[in-house]
Amino acid sequence: MINSFPKLLGATVVTLKLLSASLIFGLFVGLFFAILRLNKNIFINKFAYGYSYVFRGTPLLVQIFIIYFGLGQIEYFRTTFLWVIFKEPYWCAVIAFTLNTGAYTSEILRSAFQTIKLGIIEAGRSLGISNKIIFYKIQIPIAIRQSLPAYGNEIILMMKGTSLASTVTLMDLTGVAKHIISTTFKPIEVFIVAGGIYLFMTFIIHNIIKFLEKKYSFNS
Amino acid sequence: MNKFKTFGLGILISFFLSVSSNADTIRIATEGAYPPWNSKTEEGKLVGFEVELANFLCIYMKRDCVIVEQDWDGMIPALRLRKYDAIMAGMSITEERKKVMTFSQGYATEPATLAVMKGSSLEGMDTPQSINLELGGSDVKKALKTITGALAGKTVCTQTGTIHQNFLESGDVGSVNVRTYKTQDDVNLDLASGRCDVALAAKASFIEYAEKSGKAVVTVGPNLAGGAFGGGVGVGLRKADQFGEDSSFGKRDAQLLKDFNDAIDIARKTGKISELAIKWFKDDVSM
Repeated sequence: MINSFPKLLGATVVTLKLLSASLIFGLFVGLFFAILRLNKNIFINKFAYGYSYVFRGTPLLVQIFIIYFGLGQIEYFRTTFLWVIFKEPYWCAVIAFTLNTGAYTSEILRSAFQTIKLGIIEAGRSLGISNKIIFYKIQIPIAIRQSLPAYGNEIILMMKGTSLASTVTLMDLTGVAKHIISTTFKPIEVFIVAGGIYLFMTFIIHNIIKFLEKKYSFNS
Repeated sequence: MNKFKTFGLGILISFFLSVSSNADTIRIATEGAYPPWNSKTEEGKLVGFEVELANFLCIYMKRDCVIVEQDWDGMIPALRLRKYDAIMAGMSITEERKKVMTFSQGYATEPATLAVMKGSSLEGMDTPQSINLELGGSDVKKALKTITGALAGKTVCTQTGTIHQNFLESGDVGSVNVRTYKTQDDVNLDLASGRCDVALAAKASFIEYAEKSGKAVVTVGPNLAGGAFGGGVGVGLRKADQFGEDSSFGKRDAQLLKDFNDAIDIARKTGKISELAIKWFKDDVSM
């Protein structure tokens, strides 16, 4: 149990890398699709809705399998330049996680945009601020603040979701835990240590979000 | 401080105990994903050399058996937790495994080999037809050196927790870039897709895959046996002293080992093992 700890900590770095890459890309994807969702054009709107519907409606494990094993089966796909990226398990995992968290993030941001009171935007307009600046300087900051609690949840869900990376050969925290078990045959001890590390990460994320919520609270 | 208390409590709650029931039926676990040793039909029925052999062994033992399916990576821990009584899943008898479990006498043995896609630079590797790591000697050393050179810089794929992974990580073939998969099927898929440069597994599983899928998978290098590859495939059982030799669990486990050994003796003498081996492997891999 003690001996496995350094190895598991090393693997935690891989987990954190996967998590941060997916969250950063996912935030941009989410913001992009949230803006599309607010578009009045029905085709653009439906397209963005379809994306979030599909990725929220299917298990992450299925998504990662389709992206990793599924695309790898298509002979034509392997001749395209995209194969350079999709050949690597790491990028397949990041792409799957990004698309998944992007779908949830787009819904979180969309609802946050829609809760912004019209009065705030009108106040901006009456001061002669252009629509573009209102969007970037007023709507986006408020939407981000509004979505913090829900987004904090999404980060924690995604952090746990990264454990699926081990199914496509990545040596993340779960992958290394399984590897240690395959030589020590002690699943309970090793998974408890790994579970403890996940719990600790949740503890940290939870407190960061709480801190941000307080800092950007409307009442302070 | 309160936060740390909450954190500690969370860890405590995550502890749990599992208790499993024990009927007098013998429960035998297999993976169902390692043809021709054991596999599953499209309807989900377990078939294969070991599934049929298990049924015959139970007839010889005059015991009722159920064959259950279990993922490879949890196979040994679940045996130890008494989720079932025996493992017949192409599991080789190795010193490492013997530390936590025991084995019946071996019933079959089959060499491991490397495989690549046709056109790989590894084709035509200059090695003897087969090497036994147990024997050592200059031939074996030379062959291992050739393999080491051939694997350098390549992505070598294999199933998690197998003798093949042990061999690749043993240092016998230098430091290899190993990628491990949950099942042999996944290894085969990624060998065919080109994500793996080389794969290592039981020879028959590559031959079976090449036949069934029509992919240009070819085996290269020597047949590997001995050393990290263990001493043949046997029935995996619990050590009688795991729960105390005098306990009812311990007595039952000791009896099972004896019964399986006797049943394998009968199966060997009557030629049943050879017959099934030829049926499934097209080659007498019995021992």
